[in-house]
Amino acid sequence: MRFYERVIKYFYIVIITFLTLTGFGQMPIFKRYRIADIPGLGWLAEFYITHAMHYIFASFLIALSVYLFFDHIFIGRKERKVTPTGYVKGVMILGLIITGGLMVFKNLSGILYYPIAISILDLSHLILCMALLFYSIFTLITAKRWTIK
Amino acid sequence: MQPTITRRSFLKGTITAACSIATSSSIAKAAAGLENGQPIATLLDISKCVGCQECVYACRDVNATKYPKPQKPFPKMYPNGVKAEDWSDKTDVIDRLTPYNWLYIQSATVEIDGEQKELTIPRRCMHCSNPPCVKLCPWGAAVQLDNGISRIEADICLGGAKCQTVCPWLIPQRQTGVGLYLDILPAFAGNGVMYKCDRCYSRITKGEIPACIEACPEDVQTIGPRDEILKQAHELAKSMNGYIYGENENGGTNTIYVSPVPFDKLNSVIEKGKGKPHLAAVKDSMETGNKLAMAMILAPVAGVVGAAMKFYSINKNDD
Ligand code: SF4
Ligand code: SF4
Ligand code: SF4
Repeated sequence: MRFYERVIKYFYIVIITFLTLTGFGQMPIFKRYRIADIPGLGWLAEFYITHAMHYIFASFLIALSVYLFFDHIFIGRKERKVTPTGYVKGVMILGLIITGGLMVFKNLSGILYYPIAISILDLSHLILCMALLFYSIFTLITAKRWTIK
Repeated sequence: MQPTITRRSFLKGTITAACSIATSSSIAKAAAGLENGQPIATLLDISKCVGCQECVYACRDVNATKYPKPQKPFPKMYPNGVKAEDWSDKTDVIDRLTPYNWLYIQSATVEIDGEQKELTIPRRCMHCSNPPCVKLCPWGAAVQLDNGISRIEADICLGGAKCQTVCPWLIPQRQTGVGLYLDILPAFAGNGVMYKCDRCYSRITKGEIPACIEACPEDVQTIGPRDEILKQAHELAKSMNGYIYGENENGGTNTIYVSPVPFDKLNSVIEKGKGKPHLAAVKDSMETGNKLAMAMILAPVAGVVGAAMKFYSINKNDD
């Protein structure tokens, strides 16, 4: 793997890890399960901190996704092909960005959604996240890649 | 000018309504705050309150049917150490907020014009303009209505109490042993339902005013469209050389207090603690998140620029 690809890969892993941690931090579970009592992890139970961090890492994920999409369209297409794994993960990430984006919009002052819409968005964001995590574990074990040459 | 309503003008309104439907419908509309599609707010003139607690009892009366009826014994919760919160044996507590008491009277002994005086302050949910309890609920159980009311849907709430933690005044109160969590995984997730003032949303829909406003013999509260209420609050504050709380707190609320003494002074003498909210200055809780949301708009732009730069540099090298 070229150095450039390795950098992208680790960047992606760091972003997804922090998004998952801070995303789960939106639910009141780290305190209940005393994970926040572990030295150095207290911030996981600070809702305003995890909320801000989730926004920051979401911005990184959006920037990275848009970059890789156009990079593939303009340059990568000539030398590599997206695998079914790549398409499935791409769609999941797109779903996460759309549901997440709609929730960010909802949090602005004066924006009201129907309660049922909020519940559906919350749940689908969570389900997409779990699906991406389990699928990523599967593709890690089976050594499936996003693209092939 | 939008009509604002106190108990007296409301009673007058109901009497007039007997003869004129137009009047009653205009009161209903003002009460619902829908006349110009803006939130309704309440004004509380602290100088008028005599601490009789009529409002507290009226609130308990009209909301009694909404109070929790928990199942006992409570399901065991894991991990050990997760505490149940049970108010069902203490439903008569009225000196703080509880799941069975959504409004209470706080008192402050202060000096006004060289004279010791006791001020009494009705306290309940502030109904913030951008309520973190609603916006940050991870489950969609808390909602904000377009008339400025925020409320917690008891059938959906799981009782994780995040709304309480993120509320600058820690308003919502938990009762264990009731609600949806019992039907999911009561041992591992959830812990009951959160309760707080819902500003009598069902009465407001019917064109009635909140019970606490109707019951007050001193006309302490006025309800009406927010801009009108703010105008009145400023006039009132000017007339008594007084101070305003709630206009800008937490980025703005729909509960505007006017007091003859500064609020930091009141805050230093009131009893504060669990179920007893402070009166300190509060910065907008959602501000950082909303600034970051604005910055998020730049993220896709950064992605496009990055890809374009790479494309350009490759093409240049090829030449
Ligand atoms: S005062 Fe607290 S509970 Fe009431 S709307 Fe504001 S954040 Fe929510
Ligand atoms: S508005 Fe209704 S629910 Fe809220 S304190 Fe007054 S009576 Fe109680
Ligand atoms: S009923 Fe009116 S005067 Fe009596 S405690 Fe309530 S707000 Fe104060």
